[in-house]
Parts: sequence; C-alpha cells; structure tokens
Amino acid sequence: MGELKAVSACAGLVPVCIGSVTVDGMDLECMTSLSPFGDALALDGALKKAHGVGWPQAGQALGDATVRVIWFGRNEAVLIGPEADQGLGDVAAVVDLSDAWAAVSVEGAGTVDVLARLVPVDLRAAAFGEGQTVRTQLGHLGASITKLGPERFMILVFRSMAATLIHDLKQAMAGVASRG
Amino acid sequence: MRIDCPLCGARDRREFYYQGAAVALNRPAPDAGVEAWDDYVHLRDNPAGETRDLWHHEAGCGAWLVVTRDTVSHAVSRVELATDVKGAMA
Ligand SMILES: [Zn+2]
Repeated sequence: MGELKAVSACAGLVPVCIGSVTVDGMDLECMTSLSPFGDALALDGALKKAHGVGWPQAGQALGDATVRVIWFGRNEAVLIGPEADQGLGDVAAVVDLSDAWAAVSVEGAGTVDVLARLVPVDLRAAAFGEGQTVRTQLGHLGASITKLGPERFMILVFRSMAATLIHDLKQAMAGVASRG
Repeated sequence: MRIDCPLCGARDRREFYYQGAAVALNRPAPDAGVEAWDDYVHLRDNPAGETRDLWHHEAGCGAWLVVTRDTVSHAVSRVELATDVKGAMA
C-alpha cells in the first residue's frame, strides 16, 4: 500500500477566529487509553520509567506538550504524544485511540466566557487552574477539557463529532463577541 | 439539581443517567430461588424518606454511583462510588 496522507479531524474547519478567541486544531501524534490492572501503583511506576510522567489523580493533567498523561475517567487516563511503551501492557489495558478523537485548542481573552455558554462546569481561573482536566459535556457532546494555559484550553471529542464541536464553538464565540 | 460525584465534584444533573433503586448491588445467587429473584427483579419499596438509587456519571467519569436521598425533603445526603459500596459489602 502506498504512503497514506494523514488528514486532521478538523481539516477545513479550523482555524476559526471570532472576537478575541481562536480555535485551532491540535496534532496529538499518538493518543493511548490506559486502565490499570488493580491499583495504579505499578502503572504509575511503569509510566514514569518509560515516559517520565506518572499516573494522574482524578481531574489532574500531567506533563507538557511533548508528553501528557490526562485523567480520562474512573480508572482511565490517556497518554498523549509518544507511542505507548510496550511494557505498559503488563500492568494496564492499553488501547490505541490515535485518530479516534478530534483535538482543538481554544484560546484568547474571553475563552472562559465562550466555554461557559456550552459547558456545565465552572472553568473560571479561580475554580479551574492549569494542570486540571474534566470529563463533561460541551453542548450535547461528551468532551475532555484540559487547561493548558491562562486563557488556553484543549478540547477532545469523538472524531465524528468534530464538525459539531466547531459549529457549537463558533456560535458561542459569535455570541460572546457580539456583546462587545 | 447537582450530584457531588466522589471523583469529579459537584456536577449538573444533565451529566448523569438515572438507573433506579440500588438493588443491583444485592443480586441474588443464581440458585437463590424463584421468590428471591422475583423480589430482585420486580418488587421495589416506595419509601417516604431515605432511599438509595444508582446513577451513572455518563457524561463525566463514567462511574456508577450510589446516591442516598430523601424522597420527602429531596435532600441528597450521600454519594458513593458503587464499587466502594459493593466492596464494603464483601
Ligand atoms: Zn464523576
């Protein structure tokens, strides 16, 4: 088979800039779901050894742009960036989710106001800091939302929902921008 | 209405799916007999007061929760992970 060309889930839909808020696609390279067998101690050790980042507590996002480990639900986290080390399979259920999720960044002044129109969780700075993550809804979509910077969030939704995600964000961005 | 998920914190009702009375935690043995199974599958109490329900944090962490509430005052007094409740029963 010939070399296949990767197409982002949000190709043709981003970037979108309305008012002071910008939505753009994020290339996550690999995304792998990890669910520890038993308690997470062994997985924590294996993760640190292989990828330099441990197992997150509920609501916690660890690491940086090169390697992230993000809490993704009860007994589940996702490793984002590198291909998962083979050894993780000894202590956890390892599922490759690369290409199955769409990832966007939302940033700029007023981002919290935009998300407040769509998300039933308080994402204001006082309640939601860098290194925090939530599983929640964005409109009708199940989403993972992680704070990456002061006015910068990463949003993950099922790949098939990418167009709906961008549509909902655009509408909320236009609403916030129109209020001046 | 908000439910205080042990993993996620207080969340809006729309994130949860209601399953019903928390009897699934007391599933009878396969050979428990017709009466025990009839009771388990069909018969429910309808208390004026404290009751326990199973809710699924569907749009959040994915955990099943046991929510203790009062049917008279509507107050939610306790929210626990179903896995913890079941573990404590063992
Ligand atoms: Zn939860």
